[in-house]
Amino acid sequence: MSAVARSVRPPLWRNVRALRIAGQVVFVVALLLVGREMFLNLEYGLAQRARDLSLDFFGTRAGFGISEGITYSPNDTTRFAYIVGVMNTLRVAVFGVMLASVVGLIMGVARLSSNWLVRRIAQAYVDFFRNTPILIQIIFWWAAVFLALPTITEAISIGGVAFISNRAVAIPWPRIQEGAGVWGLFLLGGVLLGIVLARWRTRVNEATGKPHYRVLWFLAAFLVVGAVGFVISGDPVMMDVPEPGRFGFFGGFQLTPEFGALLVALAIYTSAFIAEIVRGSIQAVEKGQKEAAEALGLTRVQQLRFVILPQALRIAIPPVNSQYLNLTKNTSLAIAIGYPDLMSVSTTIINQRGHETEMLLVAMATFLIMTLTISFVMNLLNRAVTTKGQRR
Amino acid sequence: MRRRMSSVVVLAAVLGLVAAACTREQPQGQGGGGGGGGGAEQQQASVVQEIQDRGILRCGVNETVPGFGFETAEGQIEGFDIDFCIAFAAAVFGEPSPQLGTHYELIPVDAEQRLAELQAGTYDVLVRNTTWTSSRDGAERINFAHVNFYDAQGMMVREGEFASIDEMDGARICVTAGTTTELNLADYFQAQGLDFTPVVLEDNDQILQAFTAGRCDGWTSDLSQLAGLRAQFEQETGPLTIFEDVMSKEPLAPAVLDGDQEWFDVVNWVTNGIILAEELGVTSENVEQQVNNPDNPQIAALLGVPFEAETETISVDHGLAVENDFMQHVLAAVGNYGEIFDRHIGPDTDLGLERGLNALWIDGGIQYGMPFR
Repeated sequence: MSAVARSVRPPLWRNVRALRIAGQVVFVVALLLVGREMFLNLEYGLAQRARDLSLDFFGTRAGFGISEGITYSPNDTTRFAYIVGVMNTLRVAVFGVMLASVVGLIMGVARLSSNWLVRRIAQAYVDFFRNTPILIQIIFWWAAVFLALPTITEAISIGGVAFISNRAVAIPWPRIQEGAGVWGLFLLGGVLLGIVLARWRTRVNEATGKPHYRVLWFLAAFLVVGAVGFVISGDPVMMDVPEPGRFGFFGGFQLTPEFGALLVALAIYTSAFIAEIVRGSIQAVEKGQKEAAEALGLTRVQQLRFVILPQALRIAIPPVNSQYLNLTKNTSLAIAIGYPDLMSVSTTIINQRGHETEMLLVAMATFLIMTLTISFVMNLLNRAVTTKGQRR
Repeated sequence: MRRRMSSVVVLAAVLGLVAAACTREQPQGQGGGGGGGGGAEQQQASVVQEIQDRGILRCGVNETVPGFGFETAEGQIEGFDIDFCIAFAAAVFGEPSPQLGTHYELIPVDAEQRLAELQAGTYDVLVRNTTWTSSRDGAERINFAHVNFYDAQGMMVREGEFASIDEMDGARICVTAGTTTELNLADYFQAQGLDFTPVVLEDNDQILQAFTAGRCDGWTSDLSQLAGLRAQFEQETGPLTIFEDVMSKEPLAPAVLDGDQEWFDVVNWVTNGIILAEELGVTSENVEQQVNNPDNPQIAALLGVPFEAETETISVDHGLAVENDFMQHVLAAVGNYGEIFDRHIGPDTDLGLERGLNALWIDGGIQYGMPFR
């Protein structure tokens, strides 16, 4: 401060730089004061109820059941019960992000289709799902779609290997057996061989101008090596076929109505936003680029694949990032339909143990870690695609 | 120039916030200083005084359990628990016919929020089928009054699917989030060596949807609630069976916040008095007559009137924070325990609950009114 004061002539109170610095100092001090007041208020409130902040309750026996997720029993600790909830949230978030991206991309491109029907359908899709509240959509999928499936006694059987009922939609799922490690090595070898072959084809293509068929060569190598390895290692993976029981299914992959409804609702809702981002990003690519690509004789698909989408991707990443964050945060609406996500487990813990302040802070911190991780990854991706061309 | 302007605006806003925060803090700070020690127990005025000054009693209630606290088609919340709220209002205001909105206010609250809202002071008393447990009494800083309903956790299934809980190994069971029911369910099944999958839903309406659709095999809750739900929804779900086996004890009691013994005493003795009145045979019909000419000293003491014995006049001063004759108004407003029971949940209602444990001790139950004297 004094250094600033010495180096300038006008008095301090009329010095723009000094005023700006002073303004910022006051702002920070004010912010700290507000924070302090809020903390004191919290402490005061807790003291009024003779409570103190403590996370000890995490070590106690949970005592309640959780409907789905990793193996858990009520005898596990409250901490583990919370982790089960976190894993359930992650399961929805990860699958949701993937599903929303794929559907969003398809719908976004379809919005610009030259086919009138396709274009209109995509538009109706976006308009409908983007403009109705997500909570209603979740409850709708749960109550009107998944619960409306046949009961367990009348489950629809698809060839005796997959079943559809409102207890769960159960499908066969690969389970790793003994010898999987050996097979894994074969698969890795297949990938390496594929890469070598693809490189060789690239060189052939560059040298002679013959078509390279890189992808086909890669796949062929991978499949042949994989199949040979499968036989040699002796059935490393077995299909786990669900079997109907009295109350539910055993084995296979089971999609419960709660998980299904939440996943589908969040993915579709978010995909509508992503579709708009995709459409906007494509339209934001200069028209000249498309015209140039056309002039080069590229087909429509080639234009999209090689010219338009790589440029659109750069524009799309930041807004798509915030859609991923929204999807992750919206998983907490799971509580409306009883999917045991981290929020739902947290509220149960609060009810059984008290400590709502601590529990909510932990839940917020967990969400923060998740969303910051997503942002971090998306920022890396963003940097990777921008450095390829000129930085904007 | 524009830049400086905007930072000035931000600054002003922040300073305004700080000022607001400080002024809000001040009264609290004074309260703490005046109390001298600091801690949970110190409150400025007694709750009874506060309610009388405010002119209205606020009750935290349920609006989804038929018979106990249920919103009728006309939008009114009625039931067994609600009558206790009316009784407290009658006692605090000395009013024989308390009116909704004038003397008492019903604040519906869900199971998860009910204790936090009580701690936060959203309502003065919680009458919302809340189980009296040690951790609620201790860690949650709640004070439970006399038990107004002895309940137990039971299991309801579609008729004919199971003969008893023992057959339900591996079943899917619907349960409301944030209740002791969730813990009891896990404990009971574990103790019996049975496996189960809970389907935890927010409220009874959602469970009804899931149960009707066949998402779960069983519906567990307090027997009192199950009886009400069965009466209410049997047409939608088909015939239902409630098992005799029970999984837990659920003593339900009105609850207040720790720290104000006077208010607690009022809630406790109103509840108690309602039970004692049944034992003494005082009803909403004969209360007036008993006030003028009490049959015996116990009734006189209950109603807070002197009893003219042959040689002396006996009068009892309860020393509670409400008028000595508060039970007159309570009984005029809602009647005795038997009347409240029969009106909302008894054999002649849709619920058709038997008195069972809730019969008076002289009739083989465990409801026992402490003496007024």
